[in-house]
Amino acid sequence: MSAVLAIIRRDLLLAMRRKSEVLTALFFFIIVASLFPLGIGPESALLRTIAPGVIWVSALLATMLGLARLFAPDHADGTLEQMVLSPTPLGLLVTGKIAAHWITTGLPLVLLAPVLGIQFDLDVGALGVLVVALLLGTPLLSLIGAIGAALTLGVRGGGVLVSLLVLPLYVPALIFGAGAVESHISGLGAGGHLSLLAALLALAVFFAPWATTAALRISLE
Amino acid sequence: MLTATGLSCVRGERRLFAGLDLAVGPGEWLHVQGENGAGKTSLLRILATLSPPAEGEVRWQGEPVTVLAEDYRRAMLFLGHHGAVKEDLTPLENLTLSAQLDGAALDETVALQTLARFGLRGREDLAVRFLSAGQKRRVLLARLAVRKAALWILDEPFTALDVKAVDMLSGLIEGHLAAGGMAILTSHQSMPLPNGKVLQL
Repeated sequence: MSAVLAIIRRDLLLAMRRKSEVLTALFFFIIVASLFPLGIGPESALLRTIAPGVIWVSALLATMLGLARLFAPDHADGTLEQMVLSPTPLGLLVTGKIAAHWITTGLPLVLLAPVLGIQFDLDVGALGVLVVALLLGTPLLSLIGAIGAALTLGVRGGGVLVSLLVLPLYVPALIFGAGAVESHISGLGAGGHLSLLAALLALAVFFAPWATTAALRISLE
Repeated sequence: MLTATGLSCVRGERRLFAGLDLAVGPGEWLHVQGENGAGKTSLLRILATLSPPAEGEVRWQGEPVTVLAEDYRRAMLFLGHHGAVKEDLTPLENLTLSAQLDGAALDETVALQTLARFGLRGREDLAVRFLSAGQKRRVLLARLAVRKAALWILDEPFTALDVKAVDMLSGLIEGHLAAGGMAILTSHQSMPLPNGKVLQL
């Protein structure tokens, strides 16, 4: 267990030393989500309708930006080999790395989303649902993304390939995440969508580290 | 005791070696020699369980390493070509974090003493990317002094080291062997260490 905490601590320390990489994804999220209200104009009814979808799509794309960095630096400098050879099971270390990825890219998105939601004239209740949906959804994005990052490790042009692999897998998260806010706005209640999102997260927490580990072992041979 | 029987390694279409047998007992070390591209690193990676052999089997204390898995990994330390050293972290952070990844907490004073022993006094808090190639190697090799492992598998450990560091590393390996440890290493230099066997690829 201490090894897992050590790897989270190490990745957060590395992220602190290279702030620009984390900030790039964050600014990308802010800018993409802000361009829509500017382009569409001040029609609050229309903005409210598109808000959940736009914010979720921006979150997907911002998460994608950081995926290439998840394993590639460790692969290049041999750290990944040492992780495979560590007495701690690789699956646990991979879970630690995914957790660190979520803390540096997912969590800031969750915290920023309500501020961006104001631009779309969302009320307090809808903002709350948006935050809860993102809180359940962004770890899911990191977990699924890790599988894609591991599969494309060491592949030339892996950055493009990882988007082609991972974005289709993000569709359920997008549908239920954006759907939660939409159904709250239309008065149907967000419970159903959020439960499904939580179920997907539970499934991914169980399977994604295992699949990522298998993919990493293949790319290291 | 590490034994391997009938090892063969295939890279692409080429067979690098076949029918390779080796045995290293306590206090012994194996010097793997061969031309560039002869398969020295491939052999070490097979022995370290990083890649499976095309044929043959590696055994540790009589048990296949694939069965032992974590027990073997705990008893073995592999240092490869790549640094496994993070450029953005300081030598001290690199050493303590790699010890924690191995599942052992490392006291800061011990870590500082070890780094000083490896000639990195005064550079403990400098990001590794500001260090020279030889100093980066020293940060990596400092792990040998803090990680308890019966078997050392070292790929070109003397690369980029100056005369003093080569002497110190030889001394470290000698001490490890005297304490009943085992070592397998590749190097283009000849080394005056006792109980050595040579494996020519």
